[in-house]
Amino acid sequence: MSKIIELKNVNKWFDKFQALKDINLEVNQQEKIVICGPSGSGKSTLIRCINRLEEHQDGQIIVDGKEISENTKDLEKIRAEVGMVFQQFNLFPHLSILDNCTLAPIWVKKMPKKDAEALAMKNLERVQIADQAKKFPGQLSGGQQQRSALARALCMEPKIMLFDEPTSALDPEMIKEVLDAMVDLAKAGMTMIVVTHEMGFAKEVADNMIFMDEGKIVEKAKTKEFFENPKSDRTKLFLSQIL
Amino acid sequence: MNLSILKSDKKNLNSFIAIGGTLILIGFIDIIFSSFFSTNITAFLPDKISYLTPLLFGLFGLYLIRIEFSGNKLLDKVNTNFNSSNFNALLTLLVIFALIKYIPPLLNWFVFDANFAGNTKEDCTSGGACWVFIKVWLNRFVYGLYPDTEQWRINTAFLTLFLLVGASFFVPQRYKKYIIIFLLFVYPIIGLKLISGGDFGLKYVETGAWGGLSLTFIVSAFALILCFPIGTILALGRRSKLPAIRYTSIGFIELWRGVPLITVLFMSAVMFPMFLPDGTYVDKLIRVLIAITLFEAAYMAEVVRGGLQALPKGQYEAAKSLGMGYWRMHFLIILPQALKLVIPGIANTFLALVKDTPLIFVVGLLELAGMVNLAKTNPKWLGMAMEGYVFAGLVFWVICYVMSRYSQNLEKKLKTER
Repeated sequence: MSKIIELKNVNKWFDKFQALKDINLEVNQQEKIVICGPSGSGKSTLIRCINRLEEHQDGQIIVDGKEISENTKDLEKIRAEVGMVFQQFNLFPHLSILDNCTLAPIWVKKMPKKDAEALAMKNLERVQIADQAKKFPGQLSGGQQQRSALARALCMEPKIMLFDEPTSALDPEMIKEVLDAMVDLAKAGMTMIVVTHEMGFAKEVADNMIFMDEGKIVEKAKTKEFFENPKSDRTKLFLSQIL
Repeated sequence: MNLSILKSDKKNLNSFIAIGGTLILIGFIDIIFSSFFSTNITAFLPDKISYLTPLLFGLFGLYLIRIEFSGNKLLDKVNTNFNSSNFNALLTLLVIFALIKYIPPLLNWFVFDANFAGNTKEDCTSGGACWVFIKVWLNRFVYGLYPDTEQWRINTAFLTLFLLVGASFFVPQRYKKYIIIFLLFVYPIIGLKLISGGDFGLKYVETGAWGGLSLTFIVSAFALILCFPIGTILALGRRSKLPAIRYTSIGFIELWRGVPLITVLFMSAVMFPMFLPDGTYVDKLIRVLIAITLFEAAYMAEVVRGGLQALPKGQYEAAKSLGMGYWRMHFLIILPQALKLVIPGIANTFLALVKDTPLIFVVGLLELAGMVNLAKTNPKWLGMAMEGYVFAGLVFWVICYVMSRYSQNLEKKLKTER
């Protein structure tokens, strides 16, 4: 298996506050990583650095063989290969679900409209929401919106998917439908980095677990090992609180 | 029957309604007589009291019929909406009396005593408005000093414009965009050429002769079409990460917002030509159009910026994460939403722009209000200022009202649930 994402000694500051401290991480193709940790520990910042929604000040981030820095010219191309699902869905409210899905393939990938629509319908079917294609985001439930957002990201046919707390803004009964769609995606072999508190999902899907606190990676381990035999006390405390 | 005057109650409902109603009726009859027939039926009372009688009768009457939960639907409605307290009763009466007192004289001046027939000021004899003035000058009010024999050119230009705009509403969606592109980029040039002439065997008409309502439309339309994209670019510039672009935009906006339009117009007419090399000449109208456009663009920029700031950060992030660059992100995602949010503000700026056009008189261009100004100083028509300005005011109101309605419709049409 080959490396697709590599972070070397990454540091990031928000003004004087250091959000990421010496992060080293390697992600292989088709690997599934779940990142957990208390709020404010830098989990979201970490994955947002991977598609440069946040800028890191120090260290190297290499995605699919290309380094991401302020000098990166084809940042858009890299972003097109890295799909992202947000906590707040961030669907485009002025467009129908179908248009949400076809917009980027048509304008960024220059795909013909017909092909883009076929692709969008395929992905909407995959997340079981094809019947809502003509509706606007505001007319859907939170779970349906998040699944549409997932379909929208998949329409760019990304190599990597990033999930930033995808179920945190959802009602409990809608969490399952979103997680199910993510499990399907994992089984299909997508490379995934997921920030979540859903430990059931983590146990089912993740190859590796990462626990972060105060901007540092405190523990990285195989999923089974992480849950059964955590090494650091901080991890033990965290797990005892959320499990 | 126990009638307590001070406290109305439900038991004697009908008696109270009868007495209260009669008192109110007397009040109304009093005011109607004094305003329509100029007779004061309470003249036997001292001056000041007689002046207030309708109000006193009305107030007491309304007090008597103020019965809660009377069971009479009409009465309950009146009481809750117009008569809930003594103060509200007073306001209700004052508004109704003011209408009765001032509407008839206005109507008299506008219609019943007004003069419509004739061709000179001397035909206006009956004391009301002299609409003859408007009738005689109408041609000038619409076309300015444009030669009579060439006016068909203005008519053709505007008729084509209206037909094209009308067509754009009714043709199928896929032709619509071609019509709009034609309207925005090609038609203005054709229209201007048709009106100014000089080629194709058309007689040249210098812009100094343009005027009246047609000039109002020309100036407004060009400024509207041009200030919108410039304003949008400025708004984006002000939020740019590049300091050079950001500070240029801020400087531009603050400069133009900080000066009165009238000085801008004056400078465009007097000072601007001094900066040009000798022998070059930019037409007065073009200079004015540029000045108004840039002035309004500065306002438009701030309106659009308001919309940009109202959008959640997540929209930018989602667009970026899909691989969109700056321009695609703004044109596909950000601006469509931001502009929709600020339609009321855009309409506001557009209305202000239309109503600012009369200021071009400072450079000697006379649109509708300017022509009225000119006509009222004509020795044969002295004293017609009122009719002229009322007419100009009405025309401006109609234009602005149509624009305002259109913006409201647009808002409704573009609304998608959030």
